[in-house]
Amino acid sequence: MANLPDLKIRVGPLNLKNPVLTASGTFGYGAEFAPLMDLNRLGGIVVKGISLRPREGNQPPRIVETPCGMLNAIGLANVGLEAFLEEKLPRLRKLRTAVIVNIYGNSVEEYGEVAAGLRGADGISAIEVNISCPNVKQGGMAFGTDPDMSARVTARVVKAADRPVIVKLSPNVTDIRRIAMAVEDAGADALTLINTLTGMAVDIERRVPRLANVSGGLSGPAIRPVALYMVRQAVKAVRIPVIGVGGIMDYRDALEFLIAGARAVQVGTANFVHPRTGLHIIDGLTDFCRAYDIPAIEHIIGTLKEK
Amino acid sequence: MITEQTSQIAFNKQVASRVFLMGLKSPEMRAAAVPGQFVMIRVRQAMDPLLRRPFSICRADGDLILVLYRVVGRGTEILSEMRQGDSLDVMGPLGRGFGHPPDGRRAILTAGGMGIAPLLFLGDSVGFLGCNLLAGFASSDQVIGPDRVGLLNVEMSVATDDGTLGRQGTVADLMEEHLSHMDPEPGMVFACGPIPMLKAIAAIAMRRDIPCQVSLETTMACGLGACQGCAVKASGRRDRSYWHVCREGPVFDARDLDWGAL
Ligand SMILES: Cc1cc2nc3c(=O)[nH]c(=O)nc-3n(C[C@H](O)[C@H](O)[C@H](O)COP(=O)(O)OP(=O)(O)OC[C@H]3O[C@@H](n4cnc5c(N)ncnc54)[C@H](O)[C@@H]3O)c2cc1C
Ligand SMILES: Cc1cc2nc3c(=O)[nH]c(=O)nc-3n(C[C@H](O)[C@H](O)[C@H](O)COP(=O)(O)O)c2cc1C
Ligand code: FES
Repeated sequence: MANLPDLKIRVGPLNLKNPVLTASGTFGYGAEFAPLMDLNRLGGIVVKGISLRPREGNQPPRIVETPCGMLNAIGLANVGLEAFLEEKLPRLRKLRTAVIVNIYGNSVEEYGEVAAGLRGADGISAIEVNISCPNVKQGGMAFGTDPDMSARVTARVVKAADRPVIVKLSPNVTDIRRIAMAVEDAGADALTLINTLTGMAVDIERRVPRLANVSGGLSGPAIRPVALYMVRQAVKAVRIPVIGVGGIMDYRDALEFLIAGARAVQVGTANFVHPRTGLHIIDGLTDFCRAYDIPAIEHIIGTLKEK
Repeated sequence: MITEQTSQIAFNKQVASRVFLMGLKSPEMRAAAVPGQFVMIRVRQAMDPLLRRPFSICRADGDLILVLYRVVGRGTEILSEMRQGDSLDVMGPLGRGFGHPPDGRRAILTAGGMGIAPLLFLGDSVGFLGCNLLAGFASSDQVIGPDRVGLLNVEMSVATDDGTLGRQGTVADLMEEHLSHMDPEPGMVFACGPIPMLKAIAAIAMRRDIPCQVSLETTMACGLGACQGCAVKASGRRDRSYWHVCREGPVFDARDLDWGAL
């Protein structure tokens, strides 16, 4: 057999066996997918967003399908920091893949407390900070829509954490570059983008919103061009590595992001369509590199020819 | 054990007005499936419709699993056009199925419309002789009996809303009628159908202290307990606020649900 292309990739301080991760909220705590695939083959798993205390989540209906996508208003339901450490992490820790813990808070302080709570815990490769959450103390506007607030959350988490900090940006902003630069200056090791785009759907017979929460986050192939453009803008604006996510369904989609300069990708909604999408993408990248005699995936990253 | 595979369609035939029966070849799922469990089917290899559709397993036969479905939208429309020999991505069996009625006691199986699907599998596996199968439909042309899925000589009491077949009324009326001359009382009531029907059945069973299990439907994305999109409110009896229908259900003890929120 010809030499296998090298899929290993460095994302700032993180070393991944390949550039394919699963996105937060779409892969549970990993265990849910274990009967269907070898999780160890993934480049990494980003777990469901963890908060200081458990959260029940929103009233149903929480999801609705839309053209080439879906809206979700799960309401960040999760088991909370303590139960995560006691019940979920022990199984995750046994995996031979990077485990990245996605976190969020209702205030700057709470973000710091969650990050501090993860200190010393074995088996966590990095923290991914979801800044798309409402800032409860300041009228519920998302932290991630304001450069100053984004920077403050980042700085607080960086200070409290004892491992690499990735900040996941909200696309619901006017200029993603300003947020990206503010977060870089505040000390983030890497960026993930994008989170979901805010949207809604209406039941025309009953004339009510289809989601109990009225609005929700749009994900899936419908958002891919938007995600790709935002990744490209961020790549050009900052020096820290960028992880791309949004509507990636197969290896071709993943390549678009890698060529645009993302050093890794995350697979979200596609896990619902096919639970082994991540593995299919890894196989597809391998075959692609072979077909074009590319010895390492590294050679593809950021090779976009722009006039 | 859950399997995700490309399954061949052994047959896909219309069995009632807008209702189809599909046989999918899967020795793995057939071996693992218990009544009440479901499968998630990707109706075609395209980005739209994007998500898989959940369907109860209505029978396990040979190396096939059977699903009985009504065409209600785009996904089921596409399914109805599939032919023998075509293949579909299928994942299952998923969720927690029905429990067993206490030994030697009769079970009452109550269905509303397409809710008949998982109850046929249940009756077939515990033995229809030990069950009273009661079903309600809108009208006579909507009636789906056990014979439609190849289960012959099975008795079913029918109610229709318009009285065009069987008793005029609801399946809850049918159940009251059966209960009035069942001695001893049934050991368990099983129910699947629309929410108002489930509410009525659960209320009767709970009033008489007969254990009652209901099978619920919600919108689903993953089917695996990962997305938390399929939440329903739990009753105060358990120390949690939501159940996930795909994993902790679709079958629930009627007392574990907050019926006011459904
Ligand atoms: C656990 C479970 C088991 C199920 N078993 C069966 C079964 O055995 N046979 C069967 O025919 N159906 C079953 N359903 C319902 C089935 O999944 C839906 O009818 C199907 O997803 C509709 O897809 P569609 O693309 O045709 O409709 P869509 O285009 O998605 O929707 C069209 C209309 O169908 C209705 N609808 C959509 N989803 C549901 C739903 N989950 N429940 C009720 N109505 C819905 C809505 O009113 C909507 O307006 C089950 C659902 C669940 C959750
Ligand atoms: C059901 C669901 C739940 C999600 N939960 C989270 C979450 O807890 N934290 C987070 O940062 N992103 C969350 N996301 C966003 C995804 O991680 C991802 O950024 C987004 O869905 C876009 O990628 P996709 O199109 O591949 O799904 C969630 C997405 C979905 C669909
Ligand atoms: S459908 Fe995803 S958790 Fe139930």
